[in-house]
Amino acid sequence: MSDPILSTHNLVKAFGALTATDDVSIDLFPGEIHALIGPNGAGKSTLIAQICGGLTPDSGRVVLQGRDVTQDSTAVRARAGLGRTFQISALAMEDTVLENALLGALGASHRPWRFWRKALSDKALCERALSALERVGLADDKDRRTSELSHGQRRQLEVAVALTLEPRAFLMDEPMAGLGTGGSQRLIGFLDGLRGEAPILLVEHDMDAVFALADRISVLASGQVIATGTVDEIRRDPAVREAYLGEDA
Amino acid sequence: MIGERSITLVVLGLLLAVVAWALVVDEPFTITLATRAAILALAAVGLNIALGIGGMVSLGHAVFFGLGGYAMGILAYHAQSFSALDLGLVSVAGTKSMPVIWLVALGVSALAALLIGLLSLRTSGVYFIMITLAFGQMFYYFAISWSAYGGEDGLSIYVRNGFPGLNTLVPIQFFGICFALLCAALFLNARLRASPFGLALNAARQVPARIETVGLTPFRLKLVAFVISGAITGLAGALFADLNRFVSPTMFSWQLSGELIVLIVIGGVGRLIGPVIGACLFVALEHWLGGLTEFWHVYLGAILLGIVLFARGGIVGLLTGREGPHV
Amino acid sequence: MSLILIAEQVLNGLQFGVMLFLMAAGLTLIFGVMGLINLAHGSLYMVGAFAAAAVAGATGSFLLALAAALAAAALAGVLIEILVIRRLYRAAHLDQVLATFALILIFSEGTRWVFGSFPLFLDVPDALSGPITLPGGIQYPVYRLTLIGIGLAVALGLWWLTARTRIGIQIRAGENDREMIAALGVDISRLYTIVFALGAALAGLAGALVGAIQSVQVGMGEPVLILAFVVIVIGGIGSIKGAFIGALLVGLTDTLGGIFLPELFKLFMPADAASQTGSALASMAIYILMSLVLIWRPSGLFGARA
Ligand SMILES: Nc1ncnc2c1ncn2[C@@H]1O[C@H](COP(=O)(O)OP(=O)(O)OP(=O)(O)O)[C@@H](O)[C@H]1O
Ligand SMILES: [Mg+2]
Repeated sequence: MSDPILSTHNLVKAFGALTATDDVSIDLFPGEIHALIGPNGAGKSTLIAQICGGLTPDSGRVVLQGRDVTQDSTAVRARAGLGRTFQISALAMEDTVLENALLGALGASHRPWRFWRKALSDKALCERALSALERVGLADDKDRRTSELSHGQRRQLEVAVALTLEPRAFLMDEPMAGLGTGGSQRLIGFLDGLRGEAPILLVEHDMDAVFALADRISVLASGQVIATGTVDEIRRDPAVREAYLGEDA
Repeated sequence: MIGERSITLVVLGLLLAVVAWALVVDEPFTITLATRAAILALAAVGLNIALGIGGMVSLGHAVFFGLGGYAMGILAYHAQSFSALDLGLVSVAGTKSMPVIWLVALGVSALAALLIGLLSLRTSGVYFIMITLAFGQMFYYFAISWSAYGGEDGLSIYVRNGFPGLNTLVPIQFFGICFALLCAALFLNARLRASPFGLALNAARQVPARIETVGLTPFRLKLVAFVISGAITGLAGALFADLNRFVSPTMFSWQLSGELIVLIVIGGVGRLIGPVIGACLFVALEHWLGGLTEFWHVYLGAILLGIVLFARGGIVGLLTGREGPHV
Repeated sequence: MSLILIAEQVLNGLQFGVMLFLMAAGLTLIFGVMGLINLAHGSLYMVGAFAAAAVAGATGSFLLALAAALAAAALAGVLIEILVIRRLYRAAHLDQVLATFALILIFSEGTRWVFGSFPLFLDVPDALSGPITLPGGIQYPVYRLTLIGIGLAVALGLWWLTARTRIGIQIRAGENDREMIAALGVDISRLYTIVFALGAALAGLAGALVGAIQSVQVGMGEPVLILAFVVIVIGGIGSIKGAFIGALLVGLTDTLGGIFLPELFKLFMPADAASQTGSALASMAIYILMSLVLIWRPSGLFGARA
């Protein structure tokens, strides 16, 4: 197998007495969708935050494309190719859809220090932003205010902003949350095609989505990875059934 | 409802019309009032970049206003007393040339904004408010205790500084200079908000987490905005000193910082023309109410409370029917 | 420079520090519990001083004057809490700043309207006037020593209140989680009013006590307010302990800096320039102290949240 694009090595993060991430090592290989599942409070968001740079681990390392980024800021990691969507939409609500998408394009261009020319008349930036919006199906809404969007459209815009970065790896924290069946189906179809561009570390509660998309699944319980494997392996794993479904194996 | 752009043009037009009327009926004092409004507006336009776009509630912008004022005061003082200004390594002559003074005012206040910003932007929320307020006091007390330039009594400049080709002592000509600079600052501000930088800064105020995940650093965006903001307010300080031909530590006072915020809020936070509306109303109130009662600040306070509690978008918000700004 | 002079200055610094603490404690409590930045806290200080001066003028009793200061400031506090402040708890900081700035304008001009622009004077009570000889032969004003005592007593009292009493437990719970304590059946809006009134009363007390060694005038509150901000920025917003330590640090730095910095500069500068530079620097000393603390710890010495 080729080298992983993204990996964590023995990450530990404690909040007081609670060890939210307990010696977690996972890999994300090119071309795969790696789903991260686990009951509420298992530590999924905490892990994502450490990978992105929002939280500093107590020990362990985060490696992106062979480079140790554990000490780097969120911004540096983003520039190094990490694209992220939030569990709760983090969008500039006062701005238009296009302007939000432009932010990603702007970040990717590494050139925010331009004070005079209009952002909207910069062809390269706009093309990049528009093509991302087109891909998630928001091109027609580009001039609407983000606060006017429906919940589902905001989730789409979250994904579009990450797309404009053209990242080397995606981290998505519950992208399906709050989408209807139709919305979920469309997003599943979309993510399915996305894995060829960059692998996705997908945190998701929607099991249909996970089973439809994941090449591999890691199960987190009480901060620990209790199993990693293909969909079938995980379905059969007795430890998973016990921890996750509360069943006696 | 009225568009923001037409409000901007109407307000600037009205200000010009008042001045034209004053010129016709020969009321130089009204022109001076309009000049005062234009200068305060310029200072608030500067603050509005930090406050309105960047969301930084700076209660210390009087620092830059005062530095601009003292830049003018010190340079002009050395020029009128024919003494050299000793800067440690070199000593330079003073000057009575406005453009030179403006450049110095811009430079000095930008530098101060850089230093203050580096320290205070490490924090946010109330810490930021209190720290900027504290830095304001620091400069205030420094100016008071620095007797070389008048200390508490301030510095008087006998003749207004000059601008090539104009007679700055004629009120309408000095107003023209201030109004032109105000328009230039408004134009810069408008370009800035539509620029890539403005877009990022505006988003850094709303969702800092998002800005970081697209690879930008909110701290740097805000710092640059704070420096631009401080420099413009500093330029206004130099003009204000020239208007009064006097500088004193009160230019650094925290009340002035508070009033600059008040100007913006009366007009509408984050609105391009907000500071101009606020400044014109403020100067008008100060003049009319101040003429009626010694205690006009009570009314100012009441108006302010009313705006904060009941009309959150300020005047522009009332006119456009929208509380928040939107490009 | 003699040891006696140094000891005297240290006492002055302490006295200044504990008075700052009375202001800072209220500010930090109000911020910690209600999340409110209150610029009008200095006005409550002024209200206390004016009430004391007026009552002392009318009755000649300093104790009555102090009681009046406490009552007037607490009452003013309750009034503005109910009329204005209450609407601001969940508002943006900018709105809080503006509304409380508006309150300053109203209070200051209102006071000027009632009492005029000339300063009032509040005399140190006879029983406490004159100096006392401390061990080591230091002559020190009894009144200032009393201020130190009162300040320390209030600090102890506040510690006891927050650590040991029912209302203190509610206050601390309120800092952590408003919904939680509301769910436990505590009347949260009454609690807020009480905390605000307590902070106001402390400010009023400080105003009255300091009013006897300075003049009582409009605008006296704001410089103290800003120093109190410096104190709680240094100590960490929301922490009473931080406010106490910050207040002593600021009090001592300011007082000792004013005396020693000019002397220090005289060691290597001409006397004239030294006192100039020294006193200019001394006027900035506490702000430099604040900057250093912030570089080291952006949320203050004992601050939990940034
Ligand atoms: N800042 C924090 N301080 C203290 N405890 C925290 C903090 N953040 C998270 N926790 C705790 O760490 C544990 C893991 O939380 P986390 O949000 O990572 O779970 P999760 O797997 O994402 O859950 P969910 O499926 O509900 O999103 C939880 O018990 C949570 O209460
Ligand atoms: Mg989560």
